[in-house]
Amino acid sequence: MTSLTLYLLLAALIFAAGLALAVTRRNAILVLAGVELMLNAANLNFLAFWRFGQHPEALIGFLFVMFSIAIAAAEAAIGLALILAVFRQSHTINIDQIEQLKG
Amino acid sequence: MNLSFLIPAIILLVGAAAANTLRNLVHCVLALTLAFAGFALLYFGLGAEFLGLVQLLVYVGAVAILIAFTVLLTGGGTAGEQTVLSPRWLQGFLLAGAMFLLLGYGISKSRFTAHAATSVRSYPVSLIGDALITSYALPLEMLGVLLTVATIGGVVLAIREPRQASQSVKVDQ
Repeated sequence: MTSLTLYLLLAALIFAAGLALAVTRRNAILVLAGVELMLNAANLNFLAFWRFGQHPEALIGFLFVMFSIAIAAAEAAIGLALILAVFRQSHTINIDQIEQLKG
Repeated sequence: MNLSFLIPAIILLVGAAAANTLRNLVHCVLALTLAFAGFALLYFGLGAEFLGLVQLLVYVGAVAILIAFTVLLTGGGTAGEQTVLSPRWLQGFLLAGAMFLLLGYGISKSRFTAHAATSVRSYPVSLIGDALITSYALPLEMLGVLLTVATIGGVVLAIREPRQASQSVKVDQ
């Protein structure tokens, strides 16, 4: 088993953990946290392929992860602002109790 | 398997497992922060020191604090008497397990040829800067626009609207 396979398996495990967090919790904040965990697992895949790839000096996977981190930060800010807006509207962040889209 | 993989991997798995199992929301956020730090350590081990520092700054520094603030603004971390899991949690865990089995099957069936696996050399930050202002200049500019739009959007979404609030109070009366 090569070290690339180890990194990929670890990323798959973390992705599954993030998926479990996102689909089993009632709290909207933890759903967003699960999505962040899955994004990070994907970043780890990119970096592992960059490190063990043929041309690491081209920095392709590296820069992809940099852009991905920046976009994930923007996504977290927007997601948490949305959760705050929903909380102000319906006074709960339990996603089982948020039933209407009407403002 | 060397220590620069094993120790971050254990930290990462402990953090992710704790975030999945703990009940208190604040504890979950702290476990998640531990997992983010584990990712940063993994990046250091892979020879991407710059990205490890970026990960520490953005995730451990900003995103975790942002999540903690949202937890506090939405009424603290205690779940009370009710369960923290959704009604169909069993299907959720089965889905995640099936996802891991599928990914693991695909990875174990693939044959990778690993290059430069032994020599971990780091790349100077000036090389990254050169790439960002030459061949990746357009994505960088687009990212700047995206972050500006996201910041404005976040403020617009999260800001209180006093006029609308007073109107709804009138309707209630």
